[in-house]
Amino acid sequence: MSVVAITPDYEKHIQYRDEQALYHGALLVYVHWEEHLSFVSAFAVSLPPDTPFGAICEIAKGIYGDHPDAAQIDWMKVEWMIDSEQATPDFGKSIAENGVGHKSLIRFWTPGLHGYQGTPN
Amino acid sequence: MTAKKLSLKQRYEFLTRDLDWEPSYQPVDSIFPYDQFEGIKIKDWSGWEDPFRLTMDSYWKFQAEKERKLYAVIDAFAQNNGQTGISDGRYINVLKLFLTAISPAEYQAHRAFAFTGRHLRGAGTRVACQMQSIDELRHIQTQIHTISHYNKFFDGMSEFPIQHDRVFYLSVPKSFFDDARSAGPFEFMIAIGFAFEYLLTNLLFVPFMSGAAYNGDMSTVTFGFSAQSDESRHMTLGIEVIKFLLEQHPDNLPIVQRWVDKWFWRGFRLLGVVAAMMDYMLPKKVMSWKEAWDIYFVEAGGALFKDLARYGLKMPKYANVATEACEHISHQNWGLFYQLCHVAGFHAWMPDAEHMDWLSEKYPNTFDKYYRPRFEMWAKQEKEGKRFYFNGLPQLCSCCQLPMLYTEPGDPTKTCFRNSTFKGTRYHFCSDGCKDIFDNEPEKYVQSWLPVNQIFQGNCGGATVPEVLDWYKINVGVDNCDYVGSPDETLWKSWMEQRFSEAG
Repeated sequence: MSVVAITPDYEKHIQYRDEQALYHGALLVYVHWEEHLSFVSAFAVSLPPDTPFGAICEIAKGIYGDHPDAAQIDWMKVEWMIDSEQATPDFGKSIAENGVGHKSLIRFWTPGLHGYQGTPN
Repeated sequence: MTAKKLSLKQRYEFLTRDLDWEPSYQPVDSIFPYDQFEGIKIKDWSGWEDPFRLTMDSYWKFQAEKERKLYAVIDAFAQNNGQTGISDGRYINVLKLFLTAISPAEYQAHRAFAFTGRHLRGAGTRVACQMQSIDELRHIQTQIHTISHYNKFFDGMSEFPIQHDRVFYLSVPKSFFDDARSAGPFEFMIAIGFAFEYLLTNLLFVPFMSGAAYNGDMSTVTFGFSAQSDESRHMTLGIEVIKFLLEQHPDNLPIVQRWVDKWFWRGFRLLGVVAAMMDYMLPKKVMSWKEAWDIYFVEAGGALFKDLARYGLKMPKYANVATEACEHISHQNWGLFYQLCHVAGFHAWMPDAEHMDWLSEKYPNTFDKYYRPRFEMWAKQEKEGKRFYFNGLPQLCSCCQLPMLYTEPGDPTKTCFRNSTFKGTRYHFCSDGCKDIFDNEPEKYVQSWLPVNQIFQGNCGGATVPEVLDWYKINVGVDNCDYVGSPDETLWKSWMEQRFSEAG
């Protein structure tokens, strides 16, 4: 153990506060629209592992709908990255089948849409 | 026959170190069980120097005198309706942030210095920690008393103790102090005594207190002055502790360096809130955050580390990253406040044209290029009646607990993402600084109570935003959302109209 602790049995008392088991069967997933940094950060959402990947697009539409670029997103052309790996998700299959795990980070780029007036906002 | 008066030096000896004694029926190590496990080696506790040589009896005398002056000013401020003389109603949000984020931290510091004073075996150190502990308790008391006057008129201040434990952005200062307090006493002294009270304190107190002075808030200025002589004592304690540890044993250097690296970065992240406050929340501005950083960290901090180089101590690891980020963080953090103030206990607002020009002038490299378009887009949406609020819950950094909003060093067009996996679970970080801290002690940070994650786990009053806000004790439609249209604004406008009609 790397913590320098006064109690020799420190590890026995650790309370893990972010394990998947604490999320009532769901996965905590993060989704981030690249080049649109006016949105404060990736959004967090908890989803059952059998949620179809396409649902992520629907949720993203709700979160990002106010942005002038949002209506022009062609979801078929979006470029995806799941946990630092480029990905071509199958929208009909579940997020788990597409390789999304607990606290996965899904980043996406929208070709031709590079933010408000071409600035990454 | 009258007793001969003691010299200052004698008084100091008798009333501090002479109060200590050699225990006879308990071994010293069992009386002070906490001051060895961190690996810090102390050869000679009497090497501790206390340049203030303040004794407890004169401490009480000085503090009582300051209290009398402070409360006289606060009374006069209240009797003269000083709240109507501030620069603008928006300014009050600075006090809301201070009371909810900083004042509870004073209390945490009080508790922690009491503990540290008890558990370090050197008598000089113990007395210094004891005084600082009492100072910190006095600070939170005077802050509550000062701000309670504003609480009679403005919203968002009444539930600050509970909010500190629950509200998402307040977990940033809370977790900072929880981290320091759950470390050993030496790390605590480097974290709070040195990194916070010495290295970074001017960046906290100067902006708030000068900001208060510039904006007509004389009661806050007075508590600032009342705390100032304490702060200089705290700074002295902070610098003494680092010199003492480095002089005692060469093995202490790598441990101390790691703590300095860690607490510099944690402090920098925490002070990002002050950066947004300085650049965006003060109706009358003091200086920009970048200017303050250059004076108080780059120049003063640089000189300090030059001085400490003789012990082998280096500049904090991410000092340059922080300095570069100072061109960005106030704008990024105000963007955070602007779009999440519907779930916060204070108001944010759109900077006006004059304000944006000031930002362009102060941030010629970054504001127009990256941040002006952001605010212009939102201003346009406001004009169309679609004031923008972020419609989701943000991803949080597993170390500093801020939303993951910061950009890559050297590339402000990309969000900075870092992660580590520990025992099969992924953890995300906003920066290399935060990732390093986690990687050094993952067992500690896997226990973090991350507010957004806790909402999903079902521990924050319910699954919907109204339920969570209710649990946060945020009075929806009153405490939160934009300043424009808030009851605070209505009140302020009515005072101003009254002033004009009386003058006319």
